[in-house]
Amino acid sequence: MTAHREGPYRLEQGGLVDRTQPVPFSFNGSGYMGCAGDSLASAFLANGLRTIARSFKFHRPRGIFSCGVEEPGALVQLGEGARVIPSARAPVVELTPGLQARSQAGWPSVNFDLGRLLDFVAPLWAAGFYNKTFIWPSWHTYEPLIRRMAGLGRAPGERDPDRYEVGNLHCDVLVIGGGLAGLEAAWDAGRAGARVVLVEQGHRLGGEASWDRALIQGLPASSWLTQMVQQLNQMSDVRLMARTTATGYYDHNVVALLERTQKNHAGAPRERYWIVRAGRVVLATGAIEQPLIFAHNDRPGIMLAGAARQYLRRYGVAIGARILIATNNDTAYALARDLEEAGVSVLGVADTRREVPEAIRVAMQSLSIDVFPGSIPIDTRGFSALRQVTIGHLSADGSRVEARETVHCDALAVSGGFNPTLHLYAQAGGKLAYEESTGALLPVTQHPSIQILGAAAEKIRIGPRASPVGDPKRQWVDLLHDVTVADLELALRENFTSVEHVKRYTTVGMAADQGKTAAAPTLELLGKLRGVAASSLGHTTLRPPFVPVTLGAIAGREIGERFAPHRLLPMHDWHTAHGGLFQDFGEWRRPVAYLQAGESRDQAMRREALAVRKNAGIFDGSSLGKIEVHGPDAREFLDRFYINDLTTLKPHRARYGFMLRESGVIFDDGTVMMLAPDRLLITTTSGNAGRVGLWLEEWHQCEWPQLRVAIMPVTDQWATVSLAGPKARTILGKLATDIDLSPAAFPHLGIREGTLLGIPVRIYRVSFTGELTYEINVPANGATALWEALMNAGAGDGLQPLGMDALLLLRLEKGFLHVGSDTDGTTVPDDIGWGKVAANKTRDYIGKRSLRLPENLRTDRLQLVGLSGERGHPFVIGSHLRAKDSTQVTDGWITSAGVMTLTNEPIALAMLRGGRAKVGTQVEVYDGSPVALAGRAQVVNPPFFDPAGDRMNA
Amino acid sequence: MLRISCPYCGVRDETEFHFGGPSHISRPPETVDDSTWSEYLFVRDNPAGLHFERWLHAYGCGRWFNMARDTLTHEIRAIYAMGDPRPDL
Repeated sequence: MTAHREGPYRLEQGGLVDRTQPVPFSFNGSGYMGCAGDSLASAFLANGLRTIARSFKFHRPRGIFSCGVEEPGALVQLGEGARVIPSARAPVVELTPGLQARSQAGWPSVNFDLGRLLDFVAPLWAAGFYNKTFIWPSWHTYEPLIRRMAGLGRAPGERDPDRYEVGNLHCDVLVIGGGLAGLEAAWDAGRAGARVVLVEQGHRLGGEASWDRALIQGLPASSWLTQMVQQLNQMSDVRLMARTTATGYYDHNVVALLERTQKNHAGAPRERYWIVRAGRVVLATGAIEQPLIFAHNDRPGIMLAGAARQYLRRYGVAIGARILIATNNDTAYALARDLEEAGVSVLGVADTRREVPEAIRVAMQSLSIDVFPGSIPIDTRGFSALRQVTIGHLSADGSRVEARETVHCDALAVSGGFNPTLHLYAQAGGKLAYEESTGALLPVTQHPSIQILGAAAEKIRIGPRASPVGDPKRQWVDLLHDVTVADLELALRENFTSVEHVKRYTTVGMAADQGKTAAAPTLELLGKLRGVAASSLGHTTLRPPFVPVTLGAIAGREIGERFAPHRLLPMHDWHTAHGGLFQDFGEWRRPVAYLQAGESRDQAMRREALAVRKNAGIFDGSSLGKIEVHGPDAREFLDRFYINDLTTLKPHRARYGFMLRESGVIFDDGTVMMLAPDRLLITTTSGNAGRVGLWLEEWHQCEWPQLRVAIMPVTDQWATVSLAGPKARTILGKLATDIDLSPAAFPHLGIREGTLLGIPVRIYRVSFTGELTYEINVPANGATALWEALMNAGAGDGLQPLGMDALLLLRLEKGFLHVGSDTDGTTVPDDIGWGKVAANKTRDYIGKRSLRLPENLRTDRLQLVGLSGERGHPFVIGSHLRAKDSTQVTDGWITSAGVMTLTNEPIALAMLRGGRAKVGTQVEVYDGSPVALAGRAQVVNPPFFDPAGDRMNA
Repeated sequence: MLRISCPYCGVRDETEFHFGGPSHISRPPETVDDSTWSEYLFVRDNPAGLHFERWLHAYGCGRWFNMARDTLTHEIRAIYAMGDPRPDL
């Protein structure tokens, strides 16, 4: 210790760091050395670095303020490239060899920052400034520049290269906090036979006890801790997790944890996100020290007293060469004693309380440390870092300063009281309220599943916390968001009086530290400014996460290909091997076309569609939903779902129909097949297979449990091989079968069960393409063999596979609608021409009553029509339509569009207001960006091809 | 995340279940007037407090059941079989 030393430094001995193991790191490109056991902050201090960052708005220099996650000043950027971590809190970053840290603001450097000019026009940046300034011509003119100047971290621009995992835990007791209180709680619970999980956010267990005191229960602290950890590790049902932070408390005692693993081999996860389901929770989370409020209370060198003590005892670092202490409670005196013992100059302790406890006064006297009762810092000086503090001696009632005194110092350790770390408690629904004598938010209810122990349960009484004098514009309340007392006053003047409004108007407590060192003082100040008890103000809602959580950790392994499951068709490999171009239809990966050499997707589609119309096509329709309904009441049950009368359905026959929601809106279309009177099978549109199955179950279990049915989804069990085209019968007939395929024996809408090549199959004559079609259901494992046999059999007949593109075109030519494309959440049966069928059914069914509601009876509803256009001008889906003499902006839109396979004529399906009455007229078609007239179309009745259905019925 | 005790499977995570809206709603016969039918379709109570509702154990046994839940605190006050009457709480 020399008279010329300035700033923080490492003591020659003391602390838990290993001075024999130097650890190199860099800060803003310059190399420095720390010790094994250092945090980044303690290494900064050991190297005399004081200015670490620049403040959010005013670009004032910021140093290290705390020793924990509550750090509002020393936020740095770690790492490079894809692994960059913005806004890392230096006190909780473990120093590792080669660590690269950078300041996040300050140009040209953090030590000399031109941005400091903003501080000279600070009033421009008062709370809510963007509502009053930077308005003309538009906020967005200024926004990018202002955002760039407000320097907090930059997120990495590249993909996160690290691996993360999500895990699940169940336990009887979750202990949050691995300090003394937490370890003892885990020990008690473990001995009682409970399954215990203990989490500690630091890398060592023991918390403050590991450096705070020499003896625990008579033993040296380190021995006691080693023993305790050993004993806990021996309990098989106790799990200790270090480097693990509890980030959120959710319903029913579900707690989320973030574990920072040590990633000691490639392929190991960088972090794990744990979801814990706990029987009960112990919060041994400690308390966060609070600042004192006075003018220029934000300079580097001003630090929380408890933090200064931790830097000294744990890291062997003195925060300055000439240290002044200011406090409003008993705890800071331990710092004075420890500094004196370590040979560091303590200039005195200013205590805002008029009465300092006798024992403390005596102890300080014996150490020759001056105590100034009834005093509080009222101002500080030092452009780059602290140089001097002005102490004000308060009047008896604390409202005035009666004398001032200047102290030249390079560090000021402040203690404004302690706020128990009860964020999780509040998230769990526990109620907190500001309590005057401790200046803290304390619980006012008892949560049935949470026990609070240790420092988190302590009440430390305080004296005054804020200076009665000094420019409010220069008294900081929230260091991270640069919010001052003047901002709070401004909010109140503008009538934003509730805490929720003050928070949002001034952004106090909204920064990355979530106001951990701002919330309590803010409430006290608001109470004073408003002239009400702070305890009556309530507080803003505390929400997870307690510390920032890497998004990758929450995603875990459910990324990339694992983000959503893919369902593959049974013939997927065959499709891939034969040029299949795949697209995802919901979960299903299906081929849209099979590309041959040199073909575009569109060319493939036209070739496939032509093949179907001329010869035959083979289609993998396995994703089509299939549900079997068995039981004596099967037909009765299903009849309640369809607009169609199922009582007339005969065995070995299929019927196409629609299911509605109770509101009358079309939910699904499909065929109902009667395999036997007590065995029916329904098909659904591919996207609805799951939904319809659930729908049937819901009505059965909740509304009609008396009906005797069993509902079995069999979509995955049966593959669907559809053979369609004029030559379909010829090709199918080449395979050995016991089924009579002649048209008389097996007409359209017939169903046959039998075998093909010895494989059991069900064959349905239903058609989506409008051609003669055999939809063959074959057990999924045997599907590829059958598919290949058919391809071989049809080789000489021009048989080709067809994908979704061709299928959708062929059905469009027949005017067959596609639920979800040609219908939406408002379409009822009459809109698509099925109104009579729906109305004629006498028995009740889901949605029936709704079809008689006035809205569903209007004649100007959107109705499905066909559109026919000019060759060379294809229609575009989504184009708007306007009828002649229309008074509306739009009369509807095109829902499906294509170009006819055989004639090249553009066709479309559309929803047109009062469409059926407009058949035979012309409409205007609007498209483009900006929207403009694109052409005209003739309104016609679909189908456009083979209206009599001769091909299908062959 | 709620922890729900399925009457058939025991305690499971909320993510295994689907919420099915309020319970004990009787489907009116076809003969009711438009206003009554529309109420059945669209109008529901939204209490701040005890709510009787349906849940489906979708990724489990596939059974529907009833639950009495406090909409403010998420405390689950009762779980009872589908079809059983509303319990007195």
